[in-house]
Parts: sequence; structure tokens; C-alpha cells
Amino acid sequence: MSTNTETVTTGAPAEAPPTRKPQLSEGARAERRLGFMLIAPAVIVMIAVTAYPVVYAIYLSLERYNLALPQAKKFIGFANYGAVLSSPYWWHALYVTVIITVFSVAITLVLGFLLAFVLHRTIFSRGLVRTTSLIPYGIVTVAAAYSWQYAWTPGQGYLSSIFNNSAPLTNQFQAIVVIIIAEIWKTTPFMALLLLAGLSLVPEDLQKAAKVDGATGWQRFTKITLPLMKPAILVALLFRTLDSFRIFDNIYILTLGANGTGSVSILGYDNLFNALNLGIGSTISILIFICVAIIAFLFIKGFGTAAPGTDIAKR
Amino acid sequence: MAAITPRQRTGWATANFVVIALALIPVLWLVSLSFKTPTAVLDPSFIPSQWTWGNYHGILTSSQFLRPLLNSIGIGLISTLVAVILASMAAYAVARLRFPGKSVLIGMALLIAMFPLIALVTPLFTIERALGLFNTWPGLIIPYVAFGLPLGIYTLSAFFREIPWELEKAAKVDGATPFQAFIRVIAPLAAPGMVTTAILVFLACWNDFLLAISFTSTISARTAPAAMQYFSGGSVFTIPTGPIAAAAVVITIPIIIFVLFFQRRIVAGLTSGAVKG
Repeated sequence: MSTNTETVTTGAPAEAPPTRKPQLSEGARAERRLGFMLIAPAVIVMIAVTAYPVVYAIYLSLERYNLALPQAKKFIGFANYGAVLSSPYWWHALYVTVIITVFSVAITLVLGFLLAFVLHRTIFSRGLVRTTSLIPYGIVTVAAAYSWQYAWTPGQGYLSSIFNNSAPLTNQFQAIVVIIIAEIWKTTPFMALLLLAGLSLVPEDLQKAAKVDGATGWQRFTKITLPLMKPAILVALLFRTLDSFRIFDNIYILTLGANGTGSVSILGYDNLFNALNLGIGSTISILIFICVAIIAFLFIKGFGTAAPGTDIAKR
Repeated sequence: MAAITPRQRTGWATANFVVIALALIPVLWLVSLSFKTPTAVLDPSFIPSQWTWGNYHGILTSSQFLRPLLNSIGIGLISTLVAVILASMAAYAVARLRFPGKSVLIGMALLIAMFPLIALVTPLFTIERALGLFNTWPGLIIPYVAFGLPLGIYTLSAFFREIPWELEKAAKVDGATPFQAFIRVIAPLAAPGMVTTAILVFLACWNDFLLAISFTSTISARTAPAAMQYFSGGSVFTIPTGPIAAAAVVITIPIIIFVLFFQRRIVAGLTSGAVKG
């Protein structure tokens, strides 16, 4: 909150990076050294677990490498990319992933708003509602996925029996709907909490003034609340979209990707652990990474989403 | 505030009821299944027609669940501890110190937070097999720490910004080194934020499924969410619905406890890093 005053109290001008100063005072040099020492362990772990494997994955994606046929290991350039990008499996998995992402994120945004309003405005038992709505956020995705799976098992599930003993998980379209419902149930509270934090930044006076001027509830929402909340909404959408694009757990438990319900993550997993094909598996990994980078780029450049943490970086 | 009309009261009561019901029904369904006898499982009623503790007795006396549960707890706690310590150090530096490369660190953390996990599974699987980490506790702890760090650095730097830093300055004036100021003065003030971060990181480890099934092959390192699919029924033809439901309930209990006791902290932690950005 008191960002500006803090900068002042630190004594040294924060705007001038120490690198541009020809001479560093003893104190500044000690501070720098401490800074590097404090971030070093975190940086080393993050690089070891992500940066190095990504480089390794790029290398693997250029090789023919099947664990079942280790002798046939060979550098083949971009042939794996050609194989994956010309394969209907990849495009179908990408299509399924995009469908699931678009629908689950869009519906979660709407429901998240409704839930945020309930959490923000409800006049009683606010604590109870807030606590209960955190359970879907916290519950292990796999546990929740089993609940949905058994609920839709014909003859055994309460939801299946309500819908005439239907077996939606054996049908491509219906199974994708069930997967989307499971995603929405799990992620709406998180969306609602992010929106709620944005909602509490909308000044109450502004709402009251608009009310006095005769604005309806809907007008106040679209003309005041939404514009003021735009940054919070975009960050929440970015988080949810990238998270949803990685969907794996729900699909693995609900359908195992059968009947054309597999996402790109399921496809990558299958190529590694069922086909034991490290080359193709890595190629799929890299392509997923590129997709995620494109999504993040579109959000940040296209919609002007503030990259989370930018104000931290400025300090 | 204007007086509440009875109509408003009914409206909010309905809204609250709908939210609570939607949040709880899938969980209560698992609880119901976990108390159903194998015959009652075949009946779609929400209330079990025959009750039994047998499912819980079964899984809690079987190493097929107990060992993975122990793995989940141990791996989760160690990963959380390491991640929170490393993230606190880095977040302190980010929030307080001037040094070049800060935005690179933030950018890297952001990149990792958004990284598609599956993209790392293939190379990490190969590396872990080469290093002998496959199917061991460290084989899961190391990636969990790495993926807990971005979350931790964000949440903690947001908390650290709220700390009254004049105290640190006072400590330095009194002759403390920056390191002493960190340990003696700031760390105790930062404790609430660290608890919040620890809860979020633990929940993330507890929840993980993809890495757990990819980097384990036996119950010596397999965590509870990954172990459930290997449960066996009474015969090869029965799906072990009851035991799986009981296991799902058992791994949900810690979450319910966290949510009940730390509701405010979790909400503060989830929103601190994201919205201020």
C-alpha cells in the first residue's frame, strides 16, 4: 500500500540502478552481494529443474529416440516436428484442449463473478460461505475427479440416475462436457477470490454517486465495476487460461483420454509412458510450451494484461 | 446501511445456500460412497442403504495406501519447508535490496509458474533415471520445490512489502548486520506470510498428480493421489469404488482442516501475488 513512502525511507534513490554508477559504496556493494547470495539457492533450483530440462527437451525433440529401440537413436533434425504437426492426433488433442479451455474459462469467469458478488455483498454467514467455497479450490483434483466419475457411472451414480441412467463418459461430446463441469467446479472459487480482491478496490463512493445519479445495477456494473476491475480480470483470466490449457488430472481419471477426449498433455504423457517415445514426447512438450508462450504473449501484448509481478520488478 | 428487507434476506439466504450446496455435494458424494458396502455401491442413492467402516478399515490397514499416504505427508512437508526457506530469502532480496537482475528473477519465476508441467516430464524423467532419482523421495521433492518457489517468491514479496522496515533500519543502527537484521527482526514479523505461503505450497504438493505418476513406479515413493488408481477390488472384475472413495476422503481431510483454520490466510495469500501485479 505505502509503496512510495517506503521507497523514500530506504534512503538511496531506487530509480538509479547501481550498475550505472561508476563506483559503489561499501554498503551498496555489501547489499548487492547479500542480494545475490539470498536469491542464489532459489535460482539454482529453478534453473536445474526447468531451464536445463527445457534445453534437453529441445535436444531430445531433434532425435529419433524410442526407449523400446535404443539402438535406433539418431539425430533427425526437425523430422519429429513434421511427424507431430502432420498427425491428426496432435490437432485433435489441441482442438479438445482449446474447447475445454475456452468453455471452462469463460463459464468460470461468469460464475466467479456471481460467487465474488455473493462473497462481497452477502449480509450474513459470510465466513461460512467463504470457507465452504474454498473446499473445491483446495481439494485434490484427483479426489474430485473420482467423485464426478462415480457420479456419472450408470446404475451407481446419483447424477447418472437423475439423467435416465446415462453414461456420458463413454460419449465424446458428453464426456468433454463432464470434464468441463469438473474443471469449472474446481476453479470457480479461485477465480472468485481473485475477482473479489479486484472488487474490493472499486470505491464504494463511486457506486453510491452513480446510484444517486440514477444508474441501474447493471449500468453500475458495466460502467464502473468492470472498467475498474479490468486489470484484475485480465490477470485472473491469464492465470486460468494457462492453467486450463495444461489440463491433465481430470481427463486422466475421468476418461483416460478415451473416445477422443485427450488433451495435449494427455497426448504427451501417452507418447512418453505408453509408446516410450522420448523424441516424439519431447516434440509434443516443446509444442505445448510454444502454445503457452503464444497465449501469454497475446494476453500481455494484445489485451494489455499487466504481467503479474511487474510492480515488484520495478522496485 | 439501509434496513434489510425480508425479501433481501430470503434472496441472500438462497444464494448462500446454493453456493454451499454446489461446493459440498461432490464432496458429500465421496463421503457417502466411502461408507457404502460393496452392494450398496451399486445403488445410486445419495444416502447409503447399508453403512460400513470396512472401506476405511481396508485402506488404513493396507500398505498400498498407508505407505503412499506417508510419502505424501513426508514429501509434502519437506518440499514445503525447503521451498519456503529459499523463497523467503529470495523474496527478502526482491522486496528490500538493490541488486541487478531483479527483473530477470521475477520474469523467470513467472515463466516457471506458467510452465506446462508436461513439457518438463519427458526430460526430467530421462534425467531422473540417469541420476538414480527416479522413484525416490528426492525425485519428487526437487521438482516440487522448484514449482513451489515462484508461488512462494510472489506471495512472500507481497507480504514483505507490508512489513514496517524502519525496524530493520533501527536494528542496523544498533549495530546489526543485514543478515542479523533479517533473522532477528524481520523473520518474526514475516512469520504470518510464511505460514500462508507454506499452506499454499503444501496444498500444491499434496494436489500434484502428473509428476507423482510420472516419476514413481512403486509405493516406495508414490504419493496418495497417484496410488489410488492401483487399488484392487474384491476380484479383478470389481472396481474398488468404496476404497477409492475412502482414500479420497482421507486425503481431503487435511484440506478441510486447513480451510477451516486458515481461511483468511489462504484468501490473503491467493490474492496477494496476483492482483497487485
